[in-house]
Amino acid sequence: MNVGVLALQGDFREHIIALGECGVTGKLVKTESDIRNIEALIIPGGESTTISKLASAFGLSELISNRIADGMPTYGSCAGMILVAKSIIDPASDQETFGGIDMEVRRNAFGRQTESFELDLDFKSISGAPIRGVFIRAPWVESHGPGVEVLSNVEISGVTHPVAVRQGRVLATAFHPELTGDNRVHRYFLEEVCKK
Amino acid sequence: MSKANEAQVGGARVKRGMAEMLKGGVIMDVVNVEQAKIAEDAGAVAVMALERVPADIRAQGGVSRMSDPDMIEKIQAAVSIPVMAKVRIGHFAEAQILQTLNVDYIDESEVLTPADYEHHIDKWNFTIPFVCGATNLGEALRRINEGAAMIRSKGEAGTGDVSNATTHMRKIGSEIRRLTSMREDELYVAAKELQAPYALVKEVAETGKLPVVLFTAGGIATPADAAMMMQLGADGVFIGSGIFKSGDAAKRAAACVKATTFYTDAKVVADASRGLGEAMVGINVADIPVPHRLAERGW
Repeated sequence: MNVGVLALQGDFREHIIALGECGVTGKLVKTESDIRNIEALIIPGGESTTISKLASAFGLSELISNRIADGMPTYGSCAGMILVAKSIIDPASDQETFGGIDMEVRRNAFGRQTESFELDLDFKSISGAPIRGVFIRAPWVESHGPGVEVLSNVEISGVTHPVAVRQGRVLATAFHPELTGDNRVHRYFLEEVCKK
Repeated sequence: MSKANEAQVGGARVKRGMAEMLKGGVIMDVVNVEQAKIAEDAGAVAVMALERVPADIRAQGGVSRMSDPDMIEKIQAAVSIPVMAKVRIGHFAEAQILQTLNVDYIDESEVLTPADYEHHIDKWNFTIPFVCGATNLGEALRRINEGAAMIRSKGEAGTGDVSNATTHMRKIGSEIRRLTSMREDELYVAAKELQAPYALVKEVAETGKLPVVLFTAGGIATPADAAMMMQLGADGVFIGSGIFKSGDAAKRAAACVKATTFYTDAKVVADASRGLGEAMVGINVADIPVPHRLAERGW
């Protein structure tokens, strides 16, 4: 399968490595023709404002939105989660999202960098050892529609916040599996989200 | 259910990982809220909050120190992208202050007047990650050994002359390539020559790259400068005086962001270079007397 990793800014090379470990040769994509020619897309971690501004400056936003709406399997980690949300609670000025999951996200929800953390997570549909979640100035899902399946949660002072969600062919995580060397989330994307 | 109170904060992975998220981006020096907003609107991945850009520090002279916490907090309140701030080399008390302010990254910077001419800060003692400057591989590995989670080549700050950034990027790159071609038993002497810990030297020899993200800094003033640094192997770019000492800062900032993403596409860089107005005037590094060269600071 022809999987593209959006390479406008962020840790796109780490996603290419994770895909490679799953036996898939990912392709860095950053132009219209690149994006027309892929069958699935990963939106990496990075600065969501920068990625969305570059996407709109180069006329990619609408194309990506349309392709996601047409059913292209898509996975977003961290900044990528923000960009596949329907809306953002506290957007930077004129920040747009591509959409894909019926949810509202809160940026930097866990706080600034000194609050960035690692935590073992239960991840529905992935068995075995817990997934090590690496959260870096991470978002969480503030609210979501009925069609959204929550795959993983983090609890803070008794309140539960979804940090991994899926709606149809779109997957999003607030954390960065691409930084851990554990490629089970990428495998789940390729084997479950892309194929069904 | 995973509870956040079981979480591990301040580990090497979240510190180095933070820098991974900045890759392919431009970090811009700003001295007030207005500039910080212009930088965010232009697509900067982070801003460096400081009271004077390096060009003014150079022009005005005197001792240069950490910025006023009030000024840093105003910028933190104004933008949602990460905010970095600088401390003097070796000044761990300034770093303790910035940690309480919750800035996102500390730059232990040669641009400010050093506080210690022998020791750098023990950066492992902090939850907050540090970026440090380096002119060569040995210096980069000494900083990483002290806990730096990100390296930037130093260049010569506040000049608008990119030549030293080029020298430092080429030097770090060529020293890494040299290690990868060595026999294992030659690495011991290489570590001695680099004045760097053997374990880190061996890691670089095996992976062919630094264990942390490598940005470039010092003298970058145009989209072409940014594209050149990226092609020389930088993971991203710091632009200090180059943006807000130029004619049309907003336009130049956005142009440098585009050139950093599309650094291999000369057409995009050409378009980004059109009609930017006056670039910063700059100083040739060769005209700066050696004692006034900032890149010499750090040991």
